[in-house]
Order: sequence, then structure tokens, then C-alpha cells
Amino acid sequence: MPSLIGSYSLFFGLGCSIFIIFFSIKNFKNSSSFDSKILSFSLLQLLFVIVSFIGLILSFIISDFSNETVFNHSHTTKPLFYKISGTWGNHEGSLLLWLLVLTLFISIFLLNTKNLLKNYRILTLLYQQIIIIGFFIFIIKTSNPFNYIYPEPDEGLGLNPILQDPALAIHPPILYLGYVGSSIIFSSALAAMSLNWVSKEWAKHIKKWILTSWIFLTFGILLGSIWAYYELGWGGFWFWDPVENVSLMPWLALTTLFHCVLVLEKKSILTSWVIILSITTFTLSMCGTFLVRSGILNSVHTFANDPERGVFILIFLFSLIFLALFIFFFFYKVENKKINSFFWLSKETAILVNNWFMMYFLSVVLIGTIYPIFLDVISSQQISVGPPFYHKLIVPFLIPFLLAMAIGPNLNWIKSDLKNKFYLFLFLLISLVLSSLIIINLKIDFLINTVLISSAFYLFFITTRDFIVHRFQNLAQNVSHFGFSLFILSVLFNNIFSSEIITNLKVGETFKTKDVTIFFEKITKKKEQNFDAITGKFSITNSKNIEQILNPELRIYNQPNIVTSEADIKINLLSDKFMTMNLVQNQNYFNIRYQHKPFMIWIWASIFIISFGGLISIFKRRHET
Amino acid sequence: MYGRKVKLRFFFILLILLTFVLTTFLILKSLEENVVFFKSPSEIKTLAEIQNKKIRVGGMVKKDSISVVSKEMKFIITDFKSEISVTYSGVIPNLFEEGKGVVAEGYLKDKNFFFATKILAKHDENYMPPEVKAAMEEK
Repeated sequence: MPSLIGSYSLFFGLGCSIFIIFFSIKNFKNSSSFDSKILSFSLLQLLFVIVSFIGLILSFIISDFSNETVFNHSHTTKPLFYKISGTWGNHEGSLLLWLLVLTLFISIFLLNTKNLLKNYRILTLLYQQIIIIGFFIFIIKTSNPFNYIYPEPDEGLGLNPILQDPALAIHPPILYLGYVGSSIIFSSALAAMSLNWVSKEWAKHIKKWILTSWIFLTFGILLGSIWAYYELGWGGFWFWDPVENVSLMPWLALTTLFHCVLVLEKKSILTSWVIILSITTFTLSMCGTFLVRSGILNSVHTFANDPERGVFILIFLFSLIFLALFIFFFFYKVENKKINSFFWLSKETAILVNNWFMMYFLSVVLIGTIYPIFLDVISSQQISVGPPFYHKLIVPFLIPFLLAMAIGPNLNWIKSDLKNKFYLFLFLLISLVLSSLIIINLKIDFLINTVLISSAFYLFFITTRDFIVHRFQNLAQNVSHFGFSLFILSVLFNNIFSSEIITNLKVGETFKTKDVTIFFEKITKKKEQNFDAITGKFSITNSKNIEQILNPELRIYNQPNIVTSEADIKINLLSDKFMTMNLVQNQNYFNIRYQHKPFMIWIWASIFIISFGGLISIFKRRHET
Repeated sequence: MYGRKVKLRFFFILLILLTFVLTTFLILKSLEENVVFFKSPSEIKTLAEIQNKKIRVGGMVKKDSISVVSKEMKFIITDFKSEISVTYSGVIPNLFEEGKGVVAEGYLKDKNFFFATKILAKHDENYMPPEVKAAMEEK
């Protein structure tokens, strides 16, 4: 029953689009005030999509296996929480969520922009409707979540156990809020372009949307990363996996866009650049959906492989890009009222420099992700591009990037000089000395590390100084940049000081190195609602004779029959101790991985701080002077 | 002669072009060094020479082929035409099982022996790396 309602509701939702478009066009030409019918129909459309979404959730809760999506992804023994989160844990449901967020955002947009130009609101709505209709058709045609199966099966196939996890239950919705938020930026950029209204006022208003999606995207990536850390048991937080990369790309574009919009808001320059970035961000988000959903990517994330879906998204994506470029070249006129030139040493230059670096990072990630697909298509040679590629190309360029990030905010707009900037050099010296001391003491002889740590420390000191000297004037930027320095420092130290032991052990055996002794005491078995758990008990003794017990777990799920390992992580302020255990088939051995990872918690905390900066910026009334 | 502005603009464009070329060069160079090729056991048999370069081998884990001696593990990857023995010490993913698909990354000793440095994890039991699928379909 809920499926039926959901299914019809989807069609009604699509029907609303016709009315919205009809009234919008009428309103756009004729009257001077905004027609409230448009708003009503938008809200009605939102309501239909919500009903449809709730219908799907209900089908999952009552385990209605006559619904194909539920049958494929649910099971009666699954805990309620994962029945609900299973709604968006699959292709069909997640697209419905996309649609929900699309309609939700445009409604919020309409409610929030009452005092802006009428035609700007209508045009944004119209462009957004193109995307919405595209998604409606995509869902109904290729991935309808309400397909009917007859006769009704007794039991579903179950949700992949690896997805049965609290972090992953909320990760997709949050990530989608970020992705889809960029659709508003896209539509409004097109609208502003069509009306030649790419101005300070526009920048001021769109900044809030950029920040909002940026924050959600950051959080979404953070959650996914934390999940990968403890659930996949690889003991890292970023693997340069294609699916991770496609979420990083819009993030980079969005970060760049945000910095440019600041310049646009202050100085009315970089207008075309802002427009291009707005289009790029949304294109990358759509590309992300396309690459992930089409099954083209060879990745640890695997989703349904259906060429029809891929082709549809690809065509849709290209028509959107084409539309955007068409408007950009034919409607948009750059007004050269007065040329606001700026001196080479100025805040504008600093932001531009950082822009270039961001674009460079973006292209590296893009090529690393796309190249294997490209090569497969043209020469059917199968390759993969590993982390060394990214590290080699990105790490060295972080050094000037960090320096610019420290110095930039301390420069003035238009023109700046180096008087009273003596401290900039002083701190550079201090950071260099400090990091050489660290490197020498710890006997790591990498030149690149010294320089990299120095520049990260430099940013750290400068931002800390800014906190004190500027008395929280420019708090948002300051917090984010500070967070970034903390992030780089934690990642570096984490990389340098991590240690790992991998071995195979039987119960009762001991493994010794000169620093650690691992004793495999026993295993215990336990039965849970939808899995059997095998918990190992390991006692770890370090060189100072401090003993610690770790209990990694193996879960054998009933439906589908899959083994997952749950890492046991002992977290403290300075380091994580991480242990996983895997079964070796037909042998008495267990495969053990024990890792000592310093500063893990600081990596998470620093990302949190970075996005907190964005949050401050949203709620602040006046921006920096 | 040209004005200052024109000169400036010229330099600016030159700078952009230069960065662009440099970037492309860097990326391509790095790609060349860090790309890992995928081969099936049959393809390895037809190799002309054994290079000391990292590759990936994919196929099925042969039935009753897994054996463990403390730190080291041995098993056989097969594509039902040819097979290759693999020696490995490291993390074993949960879905590593006899009769299931696997991708191992590492170095070839010769055409019959492979030292794996990594075995790739997969998400679910239905999943097969596209590379393996293609290799299996060819047979």
C-alpha cells in the first residue's frame, strides 16, 4: 500500500512541474509581482516527493517484499534502524533522496528570497525545474523504487552488512545535501547570468548557499572517511579510491568558488570566473553521481551496473552543460564599467594564487580518476592509479599553498606593502627551526618533510597570532585556516609515526617484536539478531610493560551471508590503537592487523574545525572589512 | 612599440600557458610511473619478458589451494585456462575465499610465481572486479 501511494505521488510530483513552468513563464512576462501560485505549486511538488519518500520508508519498515527495491535490499531480521537507513542505502532510494533534496532546496530558496528581483527568482526556479524534471524522468524510467514483484517473495535479500552502520546511515543524506546544494548555485548562476545580475548583491546572497553546501559536503566526506577507517579495516582515512575522489572534486571546486565569491562581493571582479566555477561545481557533483551510479568505476564501492542509467545521466549532464555554456556565451555580457585593477601584492592576488593551486589539485584528482576509464575505452587496457600518483603530484605543491594561505589573509585588498609585516618572516624562521629540530630528533631524513612541516607550522603560528592580534575580527576565515594547518600537521605526523604489525596467529599463540608483544588469549562466540559474532581477546604489551586488551570482532551475517570484521579501536588524545582480525578459510589461523596510529582524533577534529569556520561565516552579519 | 598594458597581458598569458604545459607534463610523467596494469594468469603466460614493475593479477582462488605457514600465505589464482602461484603476507580481506574472485597486487618472480603485496578488498559476495569479470568472460 505505501508503495502504491509513493508511486502515484511521484507522478503527481512530476505533474506539478508543468503547472510551475506554465505559471512561471506567464508571470515572467507579465506581472510585476511574484505570483504566489508558483510558490504553492513548488510546495505541493515538495509535498508529493516527501509523501513518495515516506512511502518508500514505510515499505521498508513493514518489509513489503512485493516492492522490488525492498526485496533487493532488506530482510525481516534486520534491525529497524537499518531498515530505515536501507531506504537510501541503494540506488533507487538514494535517487529519490536526491530528488527530495532538490525540491526541498528550491522551496527554501523561494521562501528565502522574497526581497530579491522577481525575474531572478523565477528564472532560478525554471532552471532548477529542468534539473528536477530530469531526475523525475530518470527515476520513473530507469530506476523506479516502486517496481512491483508478483508473486510476493517471503524474504528479502538483505542489505550489505558493511552498510549496516550508524555513520553510513547518515552519510548519504548529508553528502547529498552538499551535492544537491550545488544545483541551486548552478541554477541561480544561470539566472543571474541571463539577467546580467552577477553583482555584489548576488554574491552576497549566493554566498550563504555556497557555504551551506560546502559545510554539508565537508561533513559528508568526514563521515564517509570515519566509516572507512573503522569499518573497512584498512586502517587509513583516505585511499584515493575513485568514489572518494568524486566527492573530493566538487569540494575543491566549491572551496575555490567560495573564495572567489568573497572577492566578487567586495570588489565586483572575477565575475566570469565565479560563473564558471558555479557551473563546474554542479557538473562535478553530477559527474560524481554518474560515475558512482553507472558502475563504471572500479572501486570498493560497488553499485548496480546498468548501462541504461549511465547513458541517461550522461546525456542529461551534457545537455545541462550545453545549456550553461550557451547562456554563458550568448546572453552573458561582461560589463567593463571600470577596470578594478589590483597590485601584485594584495589579497586578490593571494586568493587567485590559491585558486590556481586548487584548480591544479582538482585536475590531478580528475585525471587520476578519469584516466583509467579513458584508457579502458580507447585501448581496453586495464589499469589502476594508486596513492603514489596523488601523493607525488599534490604533496610538494602543498608547501606554497600553505604559505599563501598564511600570508594572504594578512594582506590588504587592492594594494599591500610589507611594512609592519616583519612578523611574517619571523614566524617563518621559527617554524623552520622548530620543524628541523623535530626532524633531527626523530631521525627522519626527508627534506620534503622538513619543508612541509615548516609550512604547516607557519600557517599554524600565523593563524594563532591572528586570533590574538585581530581580536576575532575575521573569525570564520581564521578558524578554517587554523583548522587546515592542524589537519595537515596531524596527517603528516600520522603518516610519519604510524606503525603496523600484520601476522597470522592461532588461539594461544604469541607474536613478538622488539616494541610489542601480542598474545592471542581466546575467542568467544555470540549470537545476535542478524549475525553471529566471534570476538577475539588480545593482550598487547608494549615496551614499557603496559598491558592493553583489544577485542576485534568478526561478524557472520545471515542474509546475505557475508563476513565483516569490526575493528577494535582504543582512542586517546595522542594516538589510536587499532586492531582487526580476519578469518583465513579452512585454516586455524586468524589474520591479525595491529596498528598504532598517532593523532587520528586530531585529523577528525581538524576537519570539524574547518567546517565550523564555515558555520561561523553563515551566522555572522557583516563580513570582514 | 607596444604599451605596457599589452606587454603585461602578453606575459600573463605566457605564464598561464607555461603553467599549463608544466602541469600536463608533470601529471603525465607521474601517471606513467605510477600506473598499475592488470593481467590475467593467461596473459602473464604470454608475456615476452618479466619486468620488475608492480602489476595486478586477477582471477579465481583455486579450490583447496590456500595454505598458511605462520606469517606467509600461499594460494593459486586461476582463470580456468592458466594458473599462477601467489605468495603473500599481509592483510587478508574478509571476502577472500576459495572459489571466489580475487585481485592481487605485487611483483612477478617468473611466469608461475607472484609475490603479492596487497590483496584487494571487495564489498560484497556478488561483486567481481570488472577486470576479473572481463577476464572470466573471455574464456
